[in-house]
Amino acid sequence: MKHIDTKLVEKKMGSRLTTNTVAKNVFLAATLFGLLVLVILIYRVVADSIGWIDFEFLTNKLSTDPEKAGIMGAISGTLWLMVVVAPVTMILGVGTAIYLEEYAKKGRLQAFIQTNISNLAGVPSIVFGILGLTVFARALGLGNIVLAGGLTMSLLVLPVVVVASQEAIRAVPQFLREASYGMGATKWQTIKNVVLPAALPGILTGVILALSRAIGETAPLVVLGIPALLIPLPDGIFDKFTVMPMQIYYWTLDSALVAEYANLAAGTIVILLLVLFIMNSIAVLIRNKFQRRF
Amino acid sequence: MTVSTFTANSAANTVKDKTESKKGMVYNTKDLNLWYGETHALKNINLEIQENDVTAIIGPSGCGKSTYIKTLNRMVELTPIVKISGDIQYREKSIFDKNFKVEDLRTHVGMVFQKPNPFPKSIYENVVYGPKIHGIRDKKVLDQIVEKSLRGAAIWDEVKDRLHENAYGLSGGQQQRLCIARCLAIEPDVILMDEPTSALDPISTLKVEELVQELKKDFSIIIVTHNMQQAARISDKTAFFLNGEVIEYADTDVIFSNPTDKRTEDYITGRFG
Amino acid sequence: MNNKLEKNAVREMVAKNKQSRSVSAIFEKIMPKVLLVIAIISILTTIGIVFTLLSETIEFFKIIPFFEFFTGTVLKPLGDNAEFGVLPLLTGTIISSTIAMFVAIPIGLMTAIYLSEYASERVRRALKPILEILAGIPTIVYGFFAFTFVTPLLRAIIPSLEPTNILSPGIVMGIMIIPMVASLSEDAMSSVPYSMREGALALGATKLEVTWRVIVPAAMSGIIASFVLGISRAIGETMIVTIASGSNKNFTFDVTQSMQTMTAYIVEVTGGDAPAGSTLYYSLYAVAMTLFVFTLIMNLIAQYISRRFREEY
Repeated sequence: MKHIDTKLVEKKMGSRLTTNTVAKNVFLAATLFGLLVLVILIYRVVADSIGWIDFEFLTNKLSTDPEKAGIMGAISGTLWLMVVVAPVTMILGVGTAIYLEEYAKKGRLQAFIQTNISNLAGVPSIVFGILGLTVFARALGLGNIVLAGGLTMSLLVLPVVVVASQEAIRAVPQFLREASYGMGATKWQTIKNVVLPAALPGILTGVILALSRAIGETAPLVVLGIPALLIPLPDGIFDKFTVMPMQIYYWTLDSALVAEYANLAAGTIVILLLVLFIMNSIAVLIRNKFQRRF
Repeated sequence: MTVSTFTANSAANTVKDKTESKKGMVYNTKDLNLWYGETHALKNINLEIQENDVTAIIGPSGCGKSTYIKTLNRMVELTPIVKISGDIQYREKSIFDKNFKVEDLRTHVGMVFQKPNPFPKSIYENVVYGPKIHGIRDKKVLDQIVEKSLRGAAIWDEVKDRLHENAYGLSGGQQQRLCIARCLAIEPDVILMDEPTSALDPISTLKVEELVQELKKDFSIIIVTHNMQQAARISDKTAFFLNGEVIEYADTDVIFSNPTDKRTEDYITGRFG
Repeated sequence: MNNKLEKNAVREMVAKNKQSRSVSAIFEKIMPKVLLVIAIISILTTIGIVFTLLSETIEFFKIIPFFEFFTGTVLKPLGDNAEFGVLPLLTGTIISSTIAMFVAIPIGLMTAIYLSEYASERVRRALKPILEILAGIPTIVYGFFAFTFVTPLLRAIIPSLEPTNILSPGIVMGIMIIPMVASLSEDAMSSVPYSMREGALALGATKLEVTWRVIVPAAMSGIIASFVLGISRAIGETMIVTIASGSNKNFTFDVTQSMQTMTAYIVEVTGGDAPAGSTLYYSLYAVAMTLFVFTLIMNLIAQYISRRFREEY
């Protein structure tokens, strides 16, 4: 007795193949959905901002009059924020990564720090805002100045830098370390002169991605009470400030009152996305240029 | 069982500037045992290594020859599970002595690795790496060191016009000679070579071998090789390792023409390994 | 040979410098300690979060009983008869996250299947950066998109939809989470060894059958972990719901209405400068603590799943 009815198999084969083709197209459509949304989103913000982005928009200060309003304050605030976030995350992130990869012995402390970092990566950004509000703004009395915002953001993006730096350090081949030790170099000399330079492209990529995350992040700053009022341009890390996402937030909310604010928000979004696009391109360039040199 | 046969008519007839009389001993290994975790990798090693000799260490894969040479500059301890007993004396000082810093040991004892491992920096930066680490900053001195070391490694003519190009642009053989130059830059006393030609083509191999002959005038060289012809060609003394033990250690001519141990004979006649 | 450099000159220089190498010796000693201190800052951050949330939450529960907070259906933080029931916020959060996952799970999973099983290498290389761009768009931009585009669009379809509602931000949050679900699921599916595909294909199975009966089950733990992380992300998302869902503290299940999530409540309260020590001020921490615990549990579940059920191929 035959266990397999060949005819039945052949008859069913046709419909099985059809199902496969249909499914393939459905999966493709689902994949293209993301692309569609991206196109619509960019089209919308560009269309809304046409005629609004000009030299004055970039160089004017904030104003209640939509015609005069500009984002100079938000741009300089973003720059000052980076002045804090870039060095702080770099020192904390790379330092943690060096400790975990080069010094920490495999054991409880190392595993604990590692788990802690992956958990921190999953904490909602607004909770970091509350930490910043409670510790930096209130307990340390910094208020809503650049330094408080920058420290809060640094802690928020710290896991990104740590993980990227760890991967970069781990990718430095052991034979380079051996070459250095073989010359009589100490551990720190080896890390400083061989490991870090070799890991630098990977570390930089991580730092840029972390910074672009910090530039686009809004929630922690809202919690810190960053104003969208008419404040003077910040002159340093101890001044009050605003950033582009905050500007987008308030203009979007107020677009119900003044319709043109929606255009201003769209204009700011275009500038913000441009900045992020440039930063990400640099990160990709670094990654491609220095990939697999060993 | 290991006997260091001291022969007067050694192949090495270098004249040492300080003591012309008797050649000194650079390394004296006494009852060395080494474990990787549970694996007993080196068993009761006793070896005396003379200065200005080329000492070859041969044996089949996994016999402990690489482990031994890496123990001589304590690189083996980079693996955390390593346990060591016995002693190794370098110039009559125990290398395991707490007061003898491992960095100082490695300053006196340079190493050339199996795979060429230049730093991803310029040729110049590769050579000055050691001197800079050891606090030599004077640009003029560094320039002189670079030329001297690259000449010493017989690669100067090939790279003198592109000292500031990345070392990764060099061929494998050139990279290995650059690594030798990098090692020479701090003027070590001993140079350890861990199968330095195993990743090289025959012509590059020949160049490195010639270089070794040249270098033995100024340095004591210990070379691990799985290439018996190489050992026969370039070394003054040869130690045969098997399963973590030294089976035989004698003048190279003796080892290759008239080995006393059956296992040595089997190995060099190609019956195993 | 360069004559200026005497034989053994470098050796002597090195030996001489050895005595003056104290600076590098100090570095050698203190760097591990400095780096340890730096590494501990990440732990201090966690401790800081837990401690600030916990201490103020305890104050809150001294005023409002624990039970009342978690069963109260009325949240009216201001005025004389203030009431602090967290259920309106919880339903807001759960409903918006559910809507988001209704979007993100099917589309994300199908995208992952397409990229991992069907797409050619060229198509993959063209499409993956688009997902990365989508993932890199700041949430405030998605908030703007929900408020000025998706809501009007939906209102054209569903006339009863309010200008601020939970449906629109829910959908947009789902779109935001698609790249995360897609890329994590794709990683899980790509790591299924090729031999398993070959085995099934050789028996005459179609690609769809292989995907559905072999690949997806084999990669299930990674896929589920990506869903859980997506949920955690949706629960913690702030700006989209704050902008597009308004601040009505309705206790309802009607998605056409405005609802407030836990995150949006925190924004509202901190934006209003609640006087320190007031019940309103403490409620901020109680809500934030609830949010933190929710997302932490989700993250731990995701970690547990991907560790516990990591397939051994």
